[in-house]
Amino acid sequence: MQHLPILPIVIPLLTGMLLLLPPFGHSLPRQRVVAVAVNLALIAIAAILLQRTHLDGAMTYAVGDWRSPFGIVLVADRISALLTLLTSLLGLGALLYACAGDDKHGMYFHPLFMLQLMGVNGAFLTGDIFNLFVFFEVLLIASYALLIHGGGKQKTRAAVHYVILNLVGSCLFLFALGTLYGVLGTLNIADMAVKATLLGPDEQPLAKAGGLLLLAVFGLKAALLPFYFWLPRAYSSASAPVAALFAIMTKVGAYSILRIHTTIFGADAGALAEIATPWLQPLALLTLIVGSIAALASPSLRTLTANLTLVSIGILLTAIALQRADATAAALYYTIHTTLITGALFLLADMIGRQRGKAEDRFVASRRMQRPVALGVAFIIAAVAVAGAPPLSGFVGKILLLQATEGPLEASFIWPVVLISGLAAIIALSRAGSSLFWRHSDDAPVAEPTPALRMIAVYMLLAASPLLVVFGGPITEFADAAAMQLHNSAALGGLMQQGGS
Amino acid sequence: MEGVYAFCVGLLTACGVFLCLRGRTFSVVLGLTLLSYAVNLFLFASGRLTLYGAAVLGTSDNYSDPLPQALVLTAIVIGFAMTAFLVILAMRSRADHGNDHVDGRIPSEPSLVQRRTGRRG
Repeated sequence: MQHLPILPIVIPLLTGMLLLLPPFGHSLPRQRVVAVAVNLALIAIAAILLQRTHLDGAMTYAVGDWRSPFGIVLVADRISALLTLLTSLLGLGALLYACAGDDKHGMYFHPLFMLQLMGVNGAFLTGDIFNLFVFFEVLLIASYALLIHGGGKQKTRAAVHYVILNLVGSCLFLFALGTLYGVLGTLNIADMAVKATLLGPDEQPLAKAGGLLLLAVFGLKAALLPFYFWLPRAYSSASAPVAALFAIMTKVGAYSILRIHTTIFGADAGALAEIATPWLQPLALLTLIVGSIAALASPSLRTLTANLTLVSIGILLTAIALQRADATAAALYYTIHTTLITGALFLLADMIGRQRGKAEDRFVASRRMQRPVALGVAFIIAAVAVAGAPPLSGFVGKILLLQATEGPLEASFIWPVVLISGLAAIIALSRAGSSLFWRHSDDAPVAEPTPALRMIAVYMLLAASPLLVVFGGPITEFADAAAMQLHNSAALGGLMQQGGS
Repeated sequence: MEGVYAFCVGLLTACGVFLCLRGRTFSVVLGLTLLSYAVNLFLFASGRLTLYGAAVLGTSDNYSDPLPQALVLTAIVIGFAMTAFLVILAMRSRADHGNDHVDGRIPSEPSLVQRRTGRRG
């Protein structure tokens, strides 16, 4: 049980290597079975981790039993356990969808998928900022390979931009790390939080520069406004399961902003307190606006979904920028909702595209679909949830955010933007739905059958939305507790200092 | 020593940024390589510059910080892997698009060669 926090990292790593070896290396069916089984095991482990961290408080794991400020330490608190569980749930959906045929288009889909899961889980669980960099690189190199999986001109072009931008981002990350290490003398996040309060006035500008550079790097990963240009093309050209898995990738950036800029540069950091807020808040709202406009202008369902990802990042970072526990709780709830639903929408866009022949998922008249009812029901659930219309989870997430605003000033710039972006999403999605499902010629449907596995994957992810509403009480309570734990960074710092004891 | 060191890091960074902003994949690869060199030197300096300092306790009176050396080592390894991947990707892009521009097509004024091929096609 004490090794629980490292299992979500080690198991996908070992599985990824195992899948390259002889009994599995050349047999796709065996790879599929192992990958799905391991993913189910990951869900179970993450659930146990979540339960343990919820009941017993944060768990730390000192790798190699080196004492905490000196060695690398993994920290599983409520937020990281929750996001690990979310990763494996989304991973299961994407994996089931890929098993219906998408993993045949290139080599090594399943090993790469496992390494991607390992990188994402590692980034969520690490308590050490250099280790965060390493796990970023692990998840990025897996994502580079997954992005061009299957090949094609579109994918290569999107991948060139994506890879170059992320490599520049990694360089900036290291510059920021070097600056912070030079000033603070430590890389352990909790230790940095303690040291940041003790800085002299001549060292504060350097620490501030490092912190803001980190904000830029994480903003790039999270697709914040000036750095988002890679996202629509990359996400809309990736194959469907990969795009669905990528729905968690922007959240890794958002999580890092939350972790670094709440724990190290949080409200208790003295002169360095909340250095991110003056940048983050306007940029997040601008991302929201630009994402909404881009959603209205999208020519195809995949591009629309990619732009809706931007909108969700805007909402998420707006909540994070408020730097209060109730806003963070809203951000957590919204993360669960948006990750699963965006993933489902990417998969759904691919299924719709396959049934419409040459028109694919573009909003033009085309031949009718083979299974309009099943797809239509899925689309309407996803659309209502994404747009934030009443019965489903997007509505609850937005309400939580709107309730977290304090005072008329905050409300006056957050409420209109969030509400109008919801309206824009409804317009864009109703245009998408009506042209995809109603405007069709009398040609016979394409004869390509739709594997049941794909339907199951999409409906499994979509089921999250009503479940998030039905179990809204316990989930928001948990999110509140998790946010309190994060914002009570002094207590967390004390916990991390103890290390593996 | 500090001045020269800082100048070198700054020069490498400036050259790297300049090359990254070019439109051809080859210069971008070179630029990223220079940037990662600059990053490695910068990280190395983040533990303060010490001459003749031992990184292991108990071997000398003059110590230097061992952690940045471990960080640089990791960063170098990761940088190599990423550069290798980028080179392969650039070659793939060259093969797919028929040119080495990062956008997959040459955006500038059509050159004489292109105009000729354009007339033919």
